[in-house]
Amino acid sequence: MREVKLYRNMRDVSFSKAELERYSRHLIIPEFNIEGQKRLKAAKVLVVGSGGLGSPLLLYLAAAGVGTLGIVDFDIVEETNLQRQVLFGVECIGRPKVEVAKERLQKLNPHINIITYNTHLQSSNAIDIAKDYDVVADGTDNFPTRYLVNDVSVMLNIPNVYASIFRFEGQVSVFNYIGEDGTQGPQYRDLFPSPPPPGLVPSCAEGGVIGVLPGIIGSLQANEVIKVITGIGEPLSGRLFLFDALTFTTRTLKIAPNPDTPMITELIDYQMFCGFTPSSQSNLEKVPEITVHELERLQNLKEDFQLIDVRETYEYHISNLGAELIPLDQLEKHIDQIARDKKVILHCRTGKRSADAIRMLQEKHDFSNLLNLRGGILAYADEIDSSLAKY
Amino acid sequence: MAKIIIPTPLRKFTGNQATIATNGRTIREAIFDLTNQHPDLRNHLLDATGQIRSFVRIFVGDDDILSLDKEETRVADSSIVSIVPAIAGG
Repeated sequence: MREVKLYRNMRDVSFSKAELERYSRHLIIPEFNIEGQKRLKAAKVLVVGSGGLGSPLLLYLAAAGVGTLGIVDFDIVEETNLQRQVLFGVECIGRPKVEVAKERLQKLNPHINIITYNTHLQSSNAIDIAKDYDVVADGTDNFPTRYLVNDVSVMLNIPNVYASIFRFEGQVSVFNYIGEDGTQGPQYRDLFPSPPPPGLVPSCAEGGVIGVLPGIIGSLQANEVIKVITGIGEPLSGRLFLFDALTFTTRTLKIAPNPDTPMITELIDYQMFCGFTPSSQSNLEKVPEITVHELERLQNLKEDFQLIDVRETYEYHISNLGAELIPLDQLEKHIDQIARDKKVILHCRTGKRSADAIRMLQEKHDFSNLLNLRGGILAYADEIDSSLAKY
Repeated sequence: MAKIIIPTPLRKFTGNQATIATNGRTIREAIFDLTNQHPDLRNHLLDATGQIRSFVRIFVGDDDILSLDKEETRVADSSIVSIVPAIAGG
């Protein structure tokens, strides 16, 4: 296997007594030895996303002695992160993830350099941030950033160690890796030329993820980063690893460069590329709305209206407003349960699904008495009833 | 009866079944049979013209059908077909 080109001269890399002791379990592996450890120390790895995948990835890369770790994340720590994002604790809620990550990792390994970017990775800043790194590791949670990370890695000609998770399923690969014979391995766009339309493939925030899964998949990702840097073993280039935690099935499939993949010469508008156009969002404004404060007023006045929750049953059990539950995909089967002679307010978690529901009911079933609860149950929890659990 | 492995995001359209046995001698026929058995899958696997969507890859054994005979790739009773969708969670 061919190791990645590192910017620093190996002759300048040396270790203190504390470092030699710390890394001794690496140093006594014959094929790893001090040369592998020197390469780790000389390497600069950019980790994009410090959430579910980023947590184990960063912990293991820091512990292993990767000399420079860059962390990009704009997010703050929330209660809902703690089920899987093991970098963070209860006392970190409300603080920027990169700040907390740096503190934790520096305590884990004081011999490494950690650079944080408390920002959205975007076309305007991505090249500037990534240009000094040898490897990028993609642990983001959305399609626009995944295509952006891919294109940056292709333009800068650095490997992209990729992992992705959903519910019980994980994917891992090493993209854009230059093999021993100098040939370029496949990139993300060779596997998935274009993203799914918005809303078709749910995110972890919408669809959920079992908390241990990012621990498993992020650890595999860390292992591939270390292999790519040190040049030991066979990297997962040209192969896609799949793991199904529910059935404990693993598969390693072959992937190849696709001659139809366009040449990447510049970064584009990735929101637009993934279908998040300004016009697709403005459609939502056309649905008649009601605010959570207006809903509370109607409730207090005991006015006669119908409140329908279009979420799934398992969401209702987390928290609810006492509404009639008719999940979105069952609405049409229960059309006769929706009143036509009084005000009907529909809600979901954020207001998006209930807006879709109203649009469908207006267009296909001629309803004209429907109102969407703006911001959904999350807004109600924020502004009216703080005892409701948010998820 | 090629066996098709259904990925997690699509299992809600197969009544949570992780694998489905399908009739057909080619991928095109097997996918056609799959979407007949579970019509709600059609919109997620195929576009309006009936082509496999670009964010879904189909493998027979370890091989992408693009490196074989695409939708005309032949399948045997013993074939394991994987549907691999793009997922983005992190």
